[in-house]
Amino acid sequence: MIHDAAFTDPARERRIFAGRLFITAIVVVVMAIVIIARYFDLQINRHQNFATHSDNNRVHVRPATPSRGLIYDRNGELLADNRPTYNLTIVRERSKNLDNLLTNVAELIDISEEDKKGFRKRLKRRKPFEQTPLKYNLTEEERGILAVNGFRLQGAEITARLTRFYPNRELFAHVIGYVGRINERESQSIDPIAYSGTDSIGKIGIEKYYEDQLLGTVGSENVETNARGRVMRILDSVGATPGDSLTLHLDSRLQKVAYDAFAGQRGALVAIDVKTGGILSIVSAPSYDPNLFVSGISQKYYNRLINSPDRPMFDRAIRGQYPPGSTIKPLFGLIGLHNKTITMDYAINDPGYFFMEGIERPWRDHNSKRGGHGRGVDLAEAIIESCDVYFYKMSVKTGIDLLSSYSEIFGLGNITGIDLPGERPGIMPSRTWKQEARQEAWFNGDTINVSIGQGFMLATPLQLAVMSARIASRGNMVKPKLVQSVNAEVAETEVASIPDLEIDSKYWDYVHEAMRDVVHSPKGTAKGISAGLDYEIAGKTGTAQVISIDAEEEYDSSKIEKNKWDHALFVAFAPVDDPQIAVGLIVENGEHGSSAAAPIARQVIDTYMKSRPPRESQLVAAESINPGEAR
Amino acid sequence: MYRDDFVRRIQRPGGDRRRGRSIHLDIPLFLTLIVLCLGGLFVLYSASGQSLYFVKRQAVFMLFGFVAMIAVAQFPVRFWERWALLFYIVGLLSLVAVMFVGVGAKGAQRWLDLGVTRFQPSELMKVAVPMTISAFLGKRYIPPSFQHISISLILILLPVLLIIKQPDLGTAILVFISGFFVLFLAGLRKRYLVSAFLLVMAAIPSFWIFVMRDYQKQRVLTLLSPEDDKLGAGWNIIQSTTAIGSGGLAGKGWMQGTQSQLNFLPESHTDFIIAVLAEEFGLIGVLSLCAVYFVFVGRCLLIALNSQSQFGRLIAGSLGLTFFIYIFVNMSMVSGILPVVGVPLPLISYGGTSVVALFLGFGILMAISTEPKRIRMEL
Repeated sequence: MIHDAAFTDPARERRIFAGRLFITAIVVVVMAIVIIARYFDLQINRHQNFATHSDNNRVHVRPATPSRGLIYDRNGELLADNRPTYNLTIVRERSKNLDNLLTNVAELIDISEEDKKGFRKRLKRRKPFEQTPLKYNLTEEERGILAVNGFRLQGAEITARLTRFYPNRELFAHVIGYVGRINERESQSIDPIAYSGTDSIGKIGIEKYYEDQLLGTVGSENVETNARGRVMRILDSVGATPGDSLTLHLDSRLQKVAYDAFAGQRGALVAIDVKTGGILSIVSAPSYDPNLFVSGISQKYYNRLINSPDRPMFDRAIRGQYPPGSTIKPLFGLIGLHNKTITMDYAINDPGYFFMEGIERPWRDHNSKRGGHGRGVDLAEAIIESCDVYFYKMSVKTGIDLLSSYSEIFGLGNITGIDLPGERPGIMPSRTWKQEARQEAWFNGDTINVSIGQGFMLATPLQLAVMSARIASRGNMVKPKLVQSVNAEVAETEVASIPDLEIDSKYWDYVHEAMRDVVHSPKGTAKGISAGLDYEIAGKTGTAQVISIDAEEEYDSSKIEKNKWDHALFVAFAPVDDPQIAVGLIVENGEHGSSAAAPIARQVIDTYMKSRPPRESQLVAAESINPGEAR
Repeated sequence: MYRDDFVRRIQRPGGDRRRGRSIHLDIPLFLTLIVLCLGGLFVLYSASGQSLYFVKRQAVFMLFGFVAMIAVAQFPVRFWERWALLFYIVGLLSLVAVMFVGVGAKGAQRWLDLGVTRFQPSELMKVAVPMTISAFLGKRYIPPSFQHISISLILILLPVLLIIKQPDLGTAILVFISGFFVLFLAGLRKRYLVSAFLLVMAAIPSFWIFVMRDYQKQRVLTLLSPEDDKLGAGWNIIQSTTAIGSGGLAGKGWMQGTQSQLNFLPESHTDFIIAVLAEEFGLIGVLSLCAVYFVFVGRCLLIALNSQSQFGRLIAGSLGLTFFIYIFVNMSMVSGILPVVGVPLPLISYGGTSVVALFLGFGILMAISTEPKRIRMEL
């Protein structure tokens, strides 16, 4: 090997090497310039872009959930509250293996198939790094177990959040309604930003009607997250604005008395403050616990509610449409007097039936034994004793057009405009209505049916209460309203407008007197509730046929099933000399307004009268007297 | 006759014993190394998420490296020239051993488990290959003949193929380059250079089809358009360029880099550590590091130029240039101008074997640099 070196020329070798080194040195410098140019470009020229990108990487906006507005009754009692509950949530990105995690969790606490199904569904709709609830309302024990085993459950977290709670449970279920999880359909129509902090939305009742006010304004938090989405710190935040709190006209004591008075019967009651139109009580019985819906009701319970023959989910007060029966008679009498189709002296002979010219079959008087009310039945007696034949005759004299148009002024046949979703309008039949709905001409026989609140006529308990309040206030257009004030500021109260019709006060006196005598006269159909009254109630009983009974036959409850028994109705207001409260109610299949419905109205009005005016002494007295009734 | 031969002739076996007590150390190299190591530890502390564990381990490796470097520097250049081949053979056998008993991660077998620590033979070859080629060509005519070029290529390609097999394409390319530098510095003729260039160009398609693995192809494709696969292969490049770019001129401050501290940046304490430095210290930090590197590489090339022996010139030049290539490849891949290959940033990235291998090379450089002193003393 040495032989090579012996012939080498060191100087030449050096020269070659130096040449090559020089070339490489130049290349090194060029490459170094390339690198530095690249870093210069990134760090100086494009710094702004990358700085923004870097911030977008780490800074995330997280919604701050506003607390939902509270709902109070007129006495400041909480009807809808927010309570902290603990949910088990999972962030998919943080769990290494979702199936393993679910298995591990299920070994520790009870996770139902339904929980899993719901979780999978929510998982599909969630945003990246969002906490997806797996199980709601963890018990203290479950929370403990999960906390101890937390290290094994990477990706699972216990999160506290405020959840709607209805302390009165079934008492206000229909009117307050409830919130529930936003479903697929709702998520299409809501503003995703406004709802970014919550997964609940008002489903029915006040909760739905006042959703916008109750929701509040979502805040935001700028949080710094690491690459795995874990929040490292909160950079700054814009606080959420809580939803407006609502104070209702409702009186929970009255509500409880009314609900309990139904004692398991199906029915509905609406009580209105005659002066303001404020709804004092609105009951639909039976009811259900709205808290079940807040975190998602189980299919089992839901089926039970839906399939119950008593239909507890159905809001009878505003959606139940019933024939108003005889409760309509004072109004029709008033319309007759005002339009002078009858007079206060007009009296008839009631043989117990009524024949109309050209029709062979008679109309029976439902409220008298065979033989009728006899001779000299005037309007007052016809109201007090609920004589049908009088109204058959007066309706033929008055005609459907007057009856229909004036009845609408008193709130029949149209929605009342109460601040609740889903109100039904009932039916106040007219020639046009029949033509449109049935493509048939109007017959006088139809008018006769309507005259006793039967036939095509339908009304909701709310409409009956409104009608009663408008009669009580001598024609003021009392408008039903639930919300009294928003955030303790009294909402603009619409001054009840004076109606177009000016009915002579002697007619008002006459009708009020007749209705008073329904309760206070020994012949009155509701005389049973007059005992022990220290004020005067005006009322009118009603009975609505569920099935049509042939005119020849007697109605005999023992021969038919209970769910086809007549509905019992009652409308009332009190006190007669200065009406404060008006009530409309129905007891389904209660048979007689006098025995089934009127006593409930008495209890409610009693409770109201005893707590009003709210002087300390009287309040105490009312409470010490009432506990027995309130049970 | 030239002086080396003269020196060789007057040198007697055992002559080393009469050497003076003075230590062989290249002061400029030594000082820049200290600056680089301290700076590297400083950045590593931040890049590892304030982990003293990594910093301590790295410091131990560096201390070990310094000791090894100084030890290597005390031996005469000719000693290393003589034993280069043995060094090479041991490295080659280790690579073969890796194939059978190696351990590794992510589908690559790269390490030998020595009980105390893991050892990566391919890192060693970065020094052993240029040493062997330099020793081989050092005793031959330059420019090298076809025959010598062929032998050199075989010596280079044996370990390179074994490393590709691991697979570790980045290291394989660097080992190849370190060997090729020797050939180039030895005055490889233009016709060979041109034909080598054409050969490489022609080989690229078959290389793409037969040699490169899917993930390696993916890296190249990703480089061309990182946005196509934001969360997959493109993630690394997007995050590292974001880190660099967001650093700006002065940076976000030590341990204040959000990209690295919040784990957006992958491999922040190893291959991608320059992105941490760029993010936290900005362009000023990058230029400062480049300046130190530049001084270091410049010193290496100067040592090569002044070397007395052919072997010394070739090995010093190759080591200095390879060192620069590490820097270039690493800084290019992190900033997105080269595909991601596993090349650490010398002395800054965390990694034991790579540090030790580097220091062995520096030891040889120092031995070369202090050779005149040795000769003076021996005379």
